[in-house]
Amino acid sequence: MTVRTAEICMAILLALCSIALMFKSAELKIGWVPERGPGSGAWPFWLSAGMLLTCLATIYRWFKGVTPESKNLEPFMTKDTILVVGVSAGSILFLLAATHFVGIYIALFFFLLFYLRFIGHHSWLLTIVMVIVVPIIVFCLFEWALKIPLPKAITEEWFYPIYDLMYSY
Amino acid sequence: MEEILIHLGGGLAQAMEPLNFTMIILGCMLGLLIGAMPGLGSVNGVAILLPITFLVPPTAAIIFLAAIYYGAMYGGAISSITLGIPGASTAVATVFDGRPLAQAGHADRALTAAAVASFIGGTISVVLFTLFAPPLAAFALRFGPAEEFALMLLAFATFIGLGGDDIPKTVFSILIGLVLATVGLDIISGQPRLIFGDIDGFLHGINFLVLAIGIYGIGEMLWTLETTQGKVTVHKVKMSVSQMKRNLGDVKQYIGTTSLGSVLGYFVGTLPAAGATPASLMSYGLAKTFSKDPESFGKGNIAGVAAPEAANNAASTGSMLPMITLGIPGSPTTAILLGGMIIWGLRPGPLLFTENPEFVWGLIGSLYIANLATVIINIAFIPLFVKVLTCPFTILAPIIYILCVVGGYAPTQTMHDVWLMLLFGIVGYLLRKLNYPVAPAVLAIVLGPLAERSLRQSLLSSQGELSIFVTRPISATCIVIALALVFYPVYKKFSNKRAADMPAASG
Repeated sequence: MTVRTAEICMAILLALCSIALMFKSAELKIGWVPERGPGSGAWPFWLSAGMLLTCLATIYRWFKGVTPESKNLEPFMTKDTILVVGVSAGSILFLLAATHFVGIYIALFFFLLFYLRFIGHHSWLLTIVMVIVVPIIVFCLFEWALKIPLPKAITEEWFYPIYDLMYSY
Repeated sequence: MEEILIHLGGGLAQAMEPLNFTMIILGCMLGLLIGAMPGLGSVNGVAILLPITFLVPPTAAIIFLAAIYYGAMYGGAISSITLGIPGASTAVATVFDGRPLAQAGHADRALTAAAVASFIGGTISVVLFTLFAPPLAAFALRFGPAEEFALMLLAFATFIGLGGDDIPKTVFSILIGLVLATVGLDIISGQPRLIFGDIDGFLHGINFLVLAIGIYGIGEMLWTLETTQGKVTVHKVKMSVSQMKRNLGDVKQYIGTTSLGSVLGYFVGTLPAAGATPASLMSYGLAKTFSKDPESFGKGNIAGVAAPEAANNAASTGSMLPMITLGIPGSPTTAILLGGMIIWGLRPGPLLFTENPEFVWGLIGSLYIANLATVIINIAFIPLFVKVLTCPFTILAPIIYILCVVGGYAPTQTMHDVWLMLLFGIVGYLLRKLNYPVAPAVLAIVLGPLAERSLRQSLLSSQGELSIFVTRPISATCIVIALALVFYPVYKKFSNKRAADMPAASG
């Protein structure tokens, strides 16, 4: 896909999103409500209408060839870019999905293992140190210091002894 | 004046309290590191680290974040000079002369000049800030909802008039930020709004941090991965005490233009769309114009390193002026700080000076100390920072991703928001590739709820008459300037076209 194609696809997609947002806003009152001022949907409705107009402007400018992107026939994403960006985005996707099933700590372990060893090609020593130390720091910083319990899914039970230790003081 | 000095004294004393002082030093160190890393700037550091600051009281938290902001402005120069790639967009102009100096083996001179110039810029701007902030806040106390709304329109208009990006795309970015801010329960009627697919996660709204971390954490890292695929070479830096003395002696060569650039940077920084990057470029231009030897610029003139560095530091302080006094952020970084203030339970705007004086003056006092601390840390640890730059990206990237994920989870503690953050990160990255500016969206999601409330309050008090915005003098002035900013690019385009058509018509 060239940058030129990407520009028009994105503009059309965003225009459709704007229309959807207008319909969604119109489920609430978008006119004047006596005594209460503009209805709840008015502000998002007119903002979405504005979004639609800007998308139409971009589409018009694309046809006229005004924007630099509309004249750019280079590929939108080169193969190398797709690989490097895709692997990163994919590994975060995996991290989040795994968190739902095995909890954040196990997910972090595998995420770091994959990233450091298989993308970074770092030594096993560094990888092992990192996969152990980073989750511990995350735990101390967020759960212990900030008192924000992170999602643990099935590993919740493993932490009971640690909670006992943390809160017994 | 006396009153300001008394408050300032109190603020300085507060900034010297053990916790706050530790925060300053920690913030400056982290800021320097973040600024020095290619691809990461103050806005990324502040967005990613904001969730961690809930550990400490609000004053210490903002002092920490402001110190990061400050440190990052210094740090940007380090990679501009030693790697030849700007550590942050704000240090782009520093590459022009910093790189040739490093190639000629004078990296130490350039780094010292950058640090000293940053200090000059920081000092001038902090003094200006102290003088301007209280009267501006006192003036802003008279603002009603109509003025607030007009002021926000003005802030958004600066993006259109001065941002320099594609106009329809800029407007789109502003509007989508405002729409995202409306998701959740309506502030006035309490009705649920824009709950896509009846997913419960949308009921509590979209936290600005979800968008900010998505765009400036994940999106930025993807962007950096794409742009720095090639290898980078670090220039060696050697420093000794005698060299340091000589380097500090260079100050005479650039003190004049640097001071001028600092004042310019401060005022450019107060404008929401402008900020540190254009300020540093303008300051560079200024230094070149006033130089006796403009030819040497771009080939390794020390004043060419000093001028932009002074301006970007001055601009970072400048952008805090509207944030503290008006509740309108002057840059994406201050937009995130403003959002943080709302989370901490503070109401940004002119009332801060009367309701939370210890917060405001503590922050101002900390700026003075951060400025001094950063220049010392910077000069003392330059070799260390250069070493950090050689840390492979494949170690840094996963750590930043983890901070993003956990930081995105922390404010609302739902996985829903983390997924949303990833989505915003990827979409933000794609939009950025297509030249959609993303900063206006972050500003808009922070200002969105305030803008809607002031609009609806104004309309309610005027019974739906839009004329309320033009009959009140302050609001009318803001609207006129906003309109002028919006139509300025259109006018410029037409006049350019006419100028281009003229010769053709006559010939």
